[in-house]
Amino acid sequence: MSVTAPQVPMDLSGDPRRQRRERRVRSLFFVAAALSIIISAAIVLSLAGEAWGFVTAVDPASYFENGWLPRRGRYSILTIVWHTLMVSGIAMVVATPLGLGAAIYLSEYARRNVRRFLKPTLEILAGVPSVVLGFFALNFITPNVIQPLYAADRSNLLAAGIGVGILIVPLVASVSEDAMRAVPRALREASYGLGAKKWHTSLRVVFPAAISGIVAALILALSRAIGETMVVALAAGTSGILTWLPDSSGLTMTGAMADLAIGSDQVTSATAVQVNPFQSLFFVGLMLFVITLVLNVLSERVVRRYRQKY
Amino acid sequence: MTQEPVTEEHRTVNADPTPSATDAAADKLRDVVADRETEGPTGNSTIFGLRGLTVYYADFRAVKEVTADIRENEITALIGPSGCGKSTVLRCFNRMNDLIETARVDGSLTYHGVDLYGKNVDPVEVRRRIGMVFQKPNPFPKSIYENVVYGPKIGGMKGNLDDIVEESLRKAVLWDEVKDKLDESGLALSGGQQQRLCIARAIATSPDVLLMDEPCSSLDPIATLRIEELMLELKQDYTIVIVTHNMQQAARVSDRTAFFTVDVSDDGQRTGKLVEFDVTNRLFTSPSKTETEDYITGRFG
Ligand SMILES: Nc1ncnc2c1ncn2[C@@H]1O[C@H](COP(=O)(O)OP(=O)(O)O)[C@@H](O)[C@H]1O
Ligand SMILES: [Mg+2]
Repeated sequence: MSVTAPQVPMDLSGDPRRQRRERRVRSLFFVAAALSIIISAAIVLSLAGEAWGFVTAVDPASYFENGWLPRRGRYSILTIVWHTLMVSGIAMVVATPLGLGAAIYLSEYARRNVRRFLKPTLEILAGVPSVVLGFFALNFITPNVIQPLYAADRSNLLAAGIGVGILIVPLVASVSEDAMRAVPRALREASYGLGAKKWHTSLRVVFPAAISGIVAALILALSRAIGETMVVALAAGTSGILTWLPDSSGLTMTGAMADLAIGSDQVTSATAVQVNPFQSLFFVGLMLFVITLVLNVLSERVVRRYRQKY
Repeated sequence: MTQEPVTEEHRTVNADPTPSATDAAADKLRDVVADRETEGPTGNSTIFGLRGLTVYYADFRAVKEVTADIRENEITALIGPSGCGKSTVLRCFNRMNDLIETARVDGSLTYHGVDLYGKNVDPVEVRRRIGMVFQKPNPFPKSIYENVVYGPKIGGMKGNLDDIVEESLRKAVLWDEVKDKLDESGLALSGGQQQRLCIARAIATSPDVLLMDEPCSSLDPIATLRIEELMLELKQDYTIVIVTHNMQQAARVSDRTAFFTVDVSDDGQRTGKLVEFDVTNRLFTSPSKTETEDYITGRFG
């Protein structure tokens, strides 16, 4: 059997048609990738102009007065930010133990067939429309859970916080469970081999090894909680008066936006402050956008910075 | 868990090697064991008693009817081709197979006369007494210090653990290399150092037995030699059971050797079994079974 010598000179330049096709595909994907940047930029731009109108018209000192009452020209940023902080704080207090508990159970304790049933259930919970949860918070949590224990109004921020907390449990659970399952089996075996019990292995080995993913999950959940609108709109009502406690109705940032956008509060009266209340919507929207952006960048950072190599 | 199936290739390559090659391999092993006693150590009492030990993974019978006595303060080597169930048997000794949902054990296995799979035996207690070193070094992503004190801490030991750290690292012949960087990550060490750290970590709980599953398979020859020397030293205080792929290693360090192989039934079921268990020197110089002889001369595996 004779071996044919390679052609000399060899032509290695490749098929030009194939190369053209590859360039076309490449630019197609580039457009798809660029689109997300373009949309983000468009959001910022569309918000920025009107938001600027708001900033120039309203005296910043009034941001810290009591009451978000656009109809009367009162724009207390403090009010809606504080309400938002309360709701998302309560939501995290609810979601962190439940979500992490579920994650540890699913990844370390659940037998395979239990897990096969629980994981999809959790994902269904993640798909429950937030309006349903808002309704649940208003009509179940408030009268049955909160009011027997705590003198709260029919609409209150505590119910909204709990509702949002339930809403983000699946997010916390599923992202942190993924992080924990990614911890190599060898590390668990090392721990068990030294006579560690299950909870010890979970808390001292698996949990720390997965900490970057877990923290990222929590930051992501926080950003989701801050942005959640429907649960808050239903459960916390529409009061624009500042309340330091979560026992009464109160507008959050998202609640205030929804309230304005729905149109229940658009009557512009000839007041001292000459500003179209609609402009405040853009200002708050921009704030929300920036806050969630910062949180998401932060979670990226955490993942990269604290990722443990194993 | 790594599973290395015995490939057909594996077998055909060695099916009919030239006589000189096999003789050379066998001679080399004989050289290694030449200065070892043929009778083996005497007076050491049985620590593990295996009687008809059979292990299943779901319906698959991985190893069948292993009967043997493993003695205290000796090094026992488990050798044999891939997939013959060496790791499976080893992982019975500290109930590590409990972590695999499908694993099930039949027959009996005693430890100091106590049935290891008895009703009121807590695997956690078993593992505190019977330490394990794995094939791939697996230090925790924590500091060297934290790695060593992990076992003592979960065992409820409080207060100053510095002495335990130093003693364990000295026993594992790692102290001099790491004494100035105890708070650095265990993962920053070389592979051989990591494995010695894992040994130190296992020693720190003052176990009675050390199980080692191919502890040198991911190490270079120099690191391998250091671990072997270490094993010979540790033998004074501990009973060691080691799985090894490397017959030279078994010949160099072990007092007794168990040779396992795979039985293939007519319907293609592969089941591991113990072929021969003897003083290392005898097993390598005058095996009583042809299967053993074929294996050590390189005609199989
Ligand atoms: N977790 C497991 N599940 C199912 N089968 C397994 C598992 N671990 C090992 N086995 C099978 O059991 C047999 C023995 O494996 P093992 O004890 O790892 O062999 P060795 O250590 O001698 O190479 C192999 O056929 C392997 O595929
Ligand atoms: Mg093995």
